[in-house]
Amino acid sequence: MKTFPIGGIHPSDNKEWSKDKAIEVIDLPNEVIVPMIQHIGAPSTPLVQKGDKVLTGQLIGQATGFVSANIHSPISGTVTAVDAFPNGQGQRRIMIAIKREGDEWMEGIDRSTEHKRECTLSAQEIVAKVKDAGIVGLGGAQFPTHVKLAIPDGQKADTLIVNGVECEPYLTSDYRNMLERAEMMLTGIEITMRALGVERAIIGVENNKPDAIAHLNEVIARDSYRGIEVMPLKMRYPQGGEKQLIAAVTGRQVPPPPALPLSVGVVVCNVSSAIAIYEAVQKNKPLIERVVTITGKEIGQTHNFMVRFGTSLDYLLSLSGGLPEGDVKVLNGGPMMGRAIVDTTAPIIKGCSGITILSGKEAARGKESACIKCAKCVSVCPMGLEPYLLSRLARLQKWDMAEEHNTIDCIECGCCSYTCPSNLPLLDYIRIGKQTVMTNIRARAIANKK
Amino acid sequence: MNTLVLTVLTLSVLGILLAIILYFVAQKFKVEEDPRIDEVEKMLPGANCGGCGFAGCRAMADALVTRENIASLFCPVAGDGVMKDIAGFLGKVAPEKEPMVATMRCGGTCQKRPKVNHYDGALNCAVVNTFYVGESACAFGCIGYGDCVDACKFDALHLNTETGLVEVNPDKCTACGACVKACPKGLIELRKKWPKNRAVYVACRSKNRGAVVMKACKAGCIGCGKCEKVCAFGAITIENNLAYIDFEKCKLCRKCVNECPTGAIHLENMEPLPKEPKVVKSAPKSEEVAK
Amino acid sequence: MATRLFASPSPHIHGGENTRRIMGDVVLALLPALAVSTYVLGWRVLFITAVAVLSCVAFEYLICRFLLKRRATIGDLSAVVTGILLAFNLPTGIPWWIVIIGALVAIGIGKMTFGGLGTNPFNPALTGRIFLLIAYPVEMTDWTTSVPDALSGSTLLPTVKYTPEVVSDIDFMDMLGGQMNGSMGEISAFALILGGLYLLCRRVISWHIPVSTLGTMAIFAACVGATYSGTIAYQLPLFHILAGGALLGAIFMATDYSTSPMTHRGMIIYGVGIGLLTMIIRMWGAYPEGMSFAIFIMNAATPLINKYLRPKRFGTK
Repeated sequence: MKTFPIGGIHPSDNKEWSKDKAIEVIDLPNEVIVPMIQHIGAPSTPLVQKGDKVLTGQLIGQATGFVSANIHSPISGTVTAVDAFPNGQGQRRIMIAIKREGDEWMEGIDRSTEHKRECTLSAQEIVAKVKDAGIVGLGGAQFPTHVKLAIPDGQKADTLIVNGVECEPYLTSDYRNMLERAEMMLTGIEITMRALGVERAIIGVENNKPDAIAHLNEVIARDSYRGIEVMPLKMRYPQGGEKQLIAAVTGRQVPPPPALPLSVGVVVCNVSSAIAIYEAVQKNKPLIERVVTITGKEIGQTHNFMVRFGTSLDYLLSLSGGLPEGDVKVLNGGPMMGRAIVDTTAPIIKGCSGITILSGKEAARGKESACIKCAKCVSVCPMGLEPYLLSRLARLQKWDMAEEHNTIDCIECGCCSYTCPSNLPLLDYIRIGKQTVMTNIRARAIANKK
Repeated sequence: MNTLVLTVLTLSVLGILLAIILYFVAQKFKVEEDPRIDEVEKMLPGANCGGCGFAGCRAMADALVTRENIASLFCPVAGDGVMKDIAGFLGKVAPEKEPMVATMRCGGTCQKRPKVNHYDGALNCAVVNTFYVGESACAFGCIGYGDCVDACKFDALHLNTETGLVEVNPDKCTACGACVKACPKGLIELRKKWPKNRAVYVACRSKNRGAVVMKACKAGCIGCGKCEKVCAFGAITIENNLAYIDFEKCKLCRKCVNECPTGAIHLENMEPLPKEPKVVKSAPKSEEVAK
Repeated sequence: MATRLFASPSPHIHGGENTRRIMGDVVLALLPALAVSTYVLGWRVLFITAVAVLSCVAFEYLICRFLLKRRATIGDLSAVVTGILLAFNLPTGIPWWIVIIGALVAIGIGKMTFGGLGTNPFNPALTGRIFLLIAYPVEMTDWTTSVPDALSGSTLLPTVKYTPEVVSDIDFMDMLGGQMNGSMGEISAFALILGGLYLLCRRVISWHIPVSTLGTMAIFAACVGATYSGTIAYQLPLFHILAGGALLGAIFMATDYSTSPMTHRGMIIYGVGIGLLTMIIRMWGAYPEGMSFAIFIMNAATPLINKYLRPKRFGTK
């Protein structure tokens, strides 16, 4: 069975807490707060003002520039504020607050459950529809999908890789999507292949999800989806990292930054994004909701909810029995790459695949001690870096040396910190090193242009 | 005996040969340099702090000697006097700069700015700043892990564990600016250094609206504008819900200090103006004393 | 109890590995060899080991508390490992006070001078042993209390080195089981291999250093053996791996974290270096055994190896 070439760790996957919970559609919240930045790139421009009536699916935030994404109203009602609200990390960002009045959808959105497979649109038309629907990578990176699908002149893709790895411990939203919405997903993949002009699509799924693999294979055979195959992968974190997945599936290694996956003829897309693409292209439905896993060892109930964006985290927690007592860490995403949330009034956004609640001892980090040079971080780094050194260089602010040691290759997977027997916060420091070096490189590029 | 002679001979020949090689190498790779650079470097403090904008004192000395106009070059550590000496030595015009001091503009102590979460990562302000606002609800306040303290080469900054804030020792501060660069929240500013280390400044950087500030911190500037109105010198401006005192225009009259409803305007090494009701009360007393 | 919200950058979970557990595993892996030595050589083995361990821990504690004035780091068990390894490198008959001097050099000079665990450039136990070997050569090579029926007065190594023609047939079963003359920890190859396998399974060490060291020694010995005649010719590679401190060195001493390279490629170069140097000293050096010196020399080369042998960057050829 295939996997990526270097590094990696084997954290216990903890998916049993929520994997058997079917996707539930929850009662709509009475109020949503929709951030104008739910993607990588420029924040969207609000199109509504306080007092405006909006319908579900109505465009309320216009993409600003090419690398940006449209934002649609997730519910119908009245706009109560366009103002700065705190996000999960307490940072205030421009958001649109909407008070709900019923659930009236925009005209032209097909809400029937009927499966529509046939697609005769051209590549440009598909990309335009994806762009209008405001689709971003739903695996967590939130990169606007239309940018990925629009292949620049002179470059060519030969394979579409669909990311069904979900290597983050705890999370099960992609898994539930693969089990329950396989038809939509496969048609979405077919449409994406059409947009990219590729003949082959490979769905990478880790072997800890045998029923998802079996189910996808069954649907592919039953409905004769041509050119799409499922590839079981040996379980190992961070297999869901774009570069790792490409290496695992095709054996091709994407060269160091700034090279993109397209340089090895591959485009990667998440399974949940494929469903969003299906809905956008076949049903005219913009991206306004997603499956969010609520999981943790000590919360009342775990769930896989279908959540409209802008729904507050508090609302989801109230449906799951609230936060446990004692030491708690609430994460947007999984425990390896998720971001800690300190304000639970914050809204759910496009990239939120799950809310993981760590409690008790699991919530706190261990005590730091001196580096013993065990080299475990070097051997687990999937990018072939020397985390102990990069961390030290960042601590000493030796940015030039950090750049020399390729700190910008870091994908922030966290394997180094996870494995460190001295409990050193290696990635914490590498991240500032990486950010500083990136800033320096950009500044140099601008200076050179002048 | 033979061995001894041979050994001595070999070593001597070897020594002489190597010395000759060394001599020629030194001649070949000799770098011609203005000897004044050495002199100027000796006059500079030698802290290599980078406060002048150069990599170190040597680079600064090089620039001082080679550049025609040195008006833009200034060593904040050495100060005016030394710069004048150097300029005199080089026969150039010295730059004139007022003495400055680093000022930490956050008054959100542990008591006034309660912690709403527990930070558990690497104890470094820049690390905190990579992903969230910090332990309090204020996104602008001092994080309190002392990146500026580490950056200071003159032992002028210290973390007060009781307040959770960094304090500047103005006597040790040389205004090199290292802490200004180190603070990820941009809290530290180089301000005019008054005699006896007196100072008046707004100890808050929060651009949030008043209600938001009040919720997060009891010592924050709410942008009410009272100080702006009371200032007779036009030194105070309010922008983005935040007051700022221009140290070029401020005359240390202290009127604004009493006006501030949250105590965000800090006054240092000076007695505050007596508040008005007190003036009424104390007036008869002084008359009594006079009698 | 109220809910307290924690926050930190990712990752939020940890593998659970810690320094004490790693060192504990090393101690555990050394126990079989200690047991065999005690069985073969008697209770004095335990006594010497106890003296070495206790004095190492005591010196570390005292130096931390009173010289460096910081929290003592004895809780990580690294001093215990140093103590056991130091004892394993000594002959059974050694006077106890020499052991204490060895411990002082190991911990005081070999480890704490450089800042403690993780920053020492040389293996502390080896530093102690080499100091003792030079300072007390007689006591350090006094094998009289060793296995009685093995070749008396010396280990097999010098015999094979100087007079290979008298060696007719080497009994490998004796070497594996502990009927071999030598320092306390070296006598049972089987117990050492068992410990090594345990460390490999627990991922405390990787295979790179032991395999490259022993492999290099075997290949070197095979080349030398080709010039000999008789059974010794083909027995030589296996003999060199099992004899003396080769296994103890390759599995437990060379793999010491802070003194060995960080990358797998570096580890292989390092192991090959140790193997070559050991065999050169064993064949042509003044000492019959060269493992300690070889590891010591390669320890010194480790920073250089780390500088030039970097891991393979993802996406490059």
